Amino acid sequence: MTKLESKVPEGPLHEKWDNRKHHYGLVSPNNKKKHTIIVVGTGLAGASSAASLAEMGYKVKNFCISDSPRRAHSIAAQGGINANKNYPNDGDSTWGLFYDTIKGGDYRSREANTYRLAQLSSNIIDQAVAQGVPFAREYGGELATRSFGGALVSRTFYARGQTGQQLLLGAYGALMRQVDGGNCEMFAHREMLDLVMVDGRARGIITRNLFTGALERHAADAVVLCTGGYGRAYFLSTNAVNSNATAAWRCHKRGALMANPSYVQIHPTCIPASTEYQSKRTLMSESLRNDGRIWVPKNKEDVGKPPNSIPPEDRDYYLERKYPAFGNLVPRDVASRNAHYMVKQGYGVGPLRNAVYLDFSTAIKEKGKAAIEAKYGNLFDMYQKITDENPYEQPMRIFPAVHYVMGGLWVDYDLMSNLPGLFVAGEANFSDHGANRLGASALMQGLADGYFIVPASVSNYLATERFNLTPVKDDQAEFKAVEKDVRANIDELLKLNELALKKPAEERRTVIDIYSELGKILWDDVGIERTAEGLEHALEAIPRLREEFYSGVLIPGSDDTFNKYLEIAGRVADFLEVGELMARDALDRDESCGCHFRADHQTPKGEALRNDEDFAYVAAWEYKGRGEKPVLHKEELEFEFVELKQRSYE
Amino acid sequence: MTLNLKVWRQSGADSAGSLEAVVAHGISPEMSFLEMLDLVNERLVHDGKLPIEFDSDCREGICGTCSLTINGKAHGPDLGTAVCQLHMRSFSDGDTIVIEPFRARAFPVVKDLVVDRAALDRIIQAGGYNSVTTGPHADANATLISKPDADAAFEAATCIGCGACVAACPNSSASLFTSAKLTQFAKLPQGQPERDIRTIRMVTTMDDEGFGNCSNIGECEAVCPKGISINNISRMRRDYVRAVLRTGGRVTES
Ligand SMILES: Cc1cc2nc3c(=O)[nH]c(=O)nc-3n(C[C@H](O)[C@H](O)[C@H](O)COP(=O)(O)OP(=O)(O)OC[C@H]3O[C@@H](n4cnc5c(N)ncnc54)[C@H](O)[C@@H]3O)c2cc1C
Ligand code: SF4
Ligand code: FES
Repeated sequence: MTKLESKVPEGPLHEKWDNRKHHYGLVSPNNKKKHTIIVVGTGLAGASSAASLAEMGYKVKNFCISDSPRRAHSIAAQGGINANKNYPNDGDSTWGLFYDTIKGGDYRSREANTYRLAQLSSNIIDQAVAQGVPFAREYGGELATRSFGGALVSRTFYARGQTGQQLLLGAYGALMRQVDGGNCEMFAHREMLDLVMVDGRARGIITRNLFTGALERHAADAVVLCTGGYGRAYFLSTNAVNSNATAAWRCHKRGALMANPSYVQIHPTCIPASTEYQSKRTLMSESLRNDGRIWVPKNKEDVGKPPNSIPPEDRDYYLERKYPAFGNLVPRDVASRNAHYMVKQGYGVGPLRNAVYLDFSTAIKEKGKAAIEAKYGNLFDMYQKITDENPYEQPMRIFPAVHYVMGGLWVDYDLMSNLPGLFVAGEANFSDHGANRLGASALMQGLADGYFIVPASVSNYLATERFNLTPVKDDQAEFKAVEKDVRANIDELLKLNELALKKPAEERRTVIDIYSELGKILWDDVGIERTAEGLEHALEAIPRLREEFYSGVLIPGSDDTFNKYLEIAGRVADFLEVGELMARDALDRDESCGCHFRADHQTPKGEALRNDEDFAYVAAWEYKGRGEKPVLHKEELEFEFVELKQRSYE
Repeated sequence: MTLNLKVWRQSGADSAGSLEAVVAHGISPEMSFLEMLDLVNERLVHDGKLPIEFDSDCREGICGTCSLTINGKAHGPDLGTAVCQLHMRSFSDGDTIVIEPFRARAFPVVKDLVVDRAALDRIIQAGGYNSVTTGPHADANATLISKPDADAAFEAATCIGCGACVAACPNSSASLFTSAKLTQFAKLPQGQPERDIRTIRMVTTMDDEGFGNCSNIGECEAVCPKGISINNISRMRRDYVRAVLRTGGRVTES
């Protein structure tokens, strides 16, 4: 029976991390090079973990799906990164950032983890600046900041609308320096397809070379998973098209618990879909909400009119109306739900009536076009490229899209999963954001994990477990057995194509077709607003779709070459299981909290209504087989230092 | 609308490739170019044919994965756009569209339209960073950086590493890519300590990787989706001369 021990250190909140570090074991310089560590992923969490571990002297093997580590999904983050530097002297503090984050997460995260995140935030900015990350600056030469959803202080550092790109290129540079120095070996275009356990410890992985199809075995003393989130389960999301659940899910199948899978963040400001062939949704950074005003027409007759022809008194600035203190800067879940509600009520605008307006005319009038251009120029250009409309002259059309998952593999305070030796960092773990993540805090978490926590906690694991870490070789039985399983999985997928070809032509579906149907089920039933009936429907529909998948689906080509359909097929097979778990978790959590909004649990004002009595826990699920009912383990959340309050942004 | 595609098909790095005709019908102007290819592929697969292999990830012009040459232009006809941001409204019904991979000696074809650009990583590996270690550093505001310098560093740092500049250059030079990274650090105080050694090592690696020389043709700047300026290349040349004079061309510690 798995026992969940969070391993939170003793002592006052602000001393916990220091206490833990003092007790961490160290590995002697001579012994470091004897340890191999696998880091999977080269996003902010992966690149920073791999670079920092290699700098310390370990032998690091680093893997990513793309043809270059620099292309990881983190590159697309736009808006910024939080840190409690208090440069603008507006009253920020470690406590302030911690409190906003835990409140933003609707009290469903671990106090100690969230506090540590706030503590480390300031070091991240110093680290990045030393690397030469070109953050925005004021004329006096100091760093500029802006405010972001859910916060009343200005603590978000940014590099135009390309903050993720610049932070990632900083981490990637540090990584390439280690590759150059021979401390890190880089394996690009490799997909991790399984985890190898030896004597109850994570000791290696099996990868597929996506250029040649070759399967490869890699052995190590610890595995650090930094493979990002599973938001692509919805097919349409703002995530990069290769983002996936596969690495995490295959670890789950080997025994790692999956925590809070139903916590999915839906971002309020994305460009609406324009055709049925839409392949992904594009985010418009939420920093735009600093200067943009959100509205829909007051009268349904006006929804088809050109926005500029609708006079101010006929516009409903619904966020400003309902939430006077925060206005357009309410947290994401609140903004998303309200936009969804307006469109559902028939106030949606645009050709498909599937959007609300985000209007910059007031800001342009007050601050001038040049100031707005300097702040958001590239976002406006991006919008115009996609929609062929000029946001300087007419309001943008926006609508929520799946953006980020707060759920992920369960980890303790040291970021280790319940499988010894398997660490999980960045979006792939469940840890710091509770039921909702504040803007600009994923980059912060990825880098706090990678630069500062993983290096210390992995070292401690190697130091304290050194006598249990017997040498392993990638040709020993455990590795061969797992490789055989991976081979069998791929063969099973290739067979599905043969089965599909035996079906009548009109019944043949491609793997992408199945995938987009899964996405639709999840969006409708496990999306912005959830009901017991909807979730039960999903729990029937997903297994049915999975059956159809395994009865034969078109997956063309062979496995010994670059084959995108085969890559996607493997990921869809996993999403077909992940989706079911998401629905089950959402059904099981019979309360609303943060982004998990159950229609039957809301305040009279339409806010998420928590049930702290029964649900102040982390739901960690244990895998029991495809289609089998998973087993729930609970980690009760204890709040020693904050008082649980009903969130209110009025 | 209906479009006549001529698509490069090549089964692997060592095999010969050729253009194949594919008709794309029922294409709407709102679709992106890659969504058009997605749809074409879905139909090919239904017809029992092999899909056209291409790669993409962010589909919003920032990761640098997509790499198609369209009608002879890297990233296609629209200026300042990666091919994933190109929309079908830029084409008209009945157009013929020739789609090829980014071609360069240093970018071997993997399959169809997919190429291997690892050579660009090796240029970065040779010095595209400040050699700072993870750990405590001076407060971020300890060094003031003038806004114009910070902005100039940022402009250069926006390169997405797509390699279009290489594909567009008749000499397959990677000078625009390399000079952009060099400029980012040259503009920042943190970049000064390694400025000479960085310049020499990155330029040398660029040559060793099989990229050609720059002869000021300017095609790179014209196709660059991020508008990276060719002035960066002149800066790189000046810095290179300066670095060789100052170091005697030695790049390793003696
Ligand atoms: C459009 C957009 C904008 C955003 N803007 C912001 C923002 O402004 N501020 C903010 O704080 N957050 C933002 N976020 C969220 C943030 O970008 C992500 O949460 C964060 O970057 C995730 O980083 P990561 O390192 O955990 O994973 P990722 O960056 O997703 O990296 C995952 C890595 O794992 C690799 N990988 C995945 N699966 C496998 C496998 N099976 N085998 C081998 N390798 C694998 C991938 O190749 C990749 O290298 C944004 C997200 C999106 C989608
Ligand atoms: S300089 Fe421009 S064209 Fe060349 S790699 Fe960078 S972004 Fe691409
Ligand atoms: S797919 Fe990322 S730049 Fe085109």
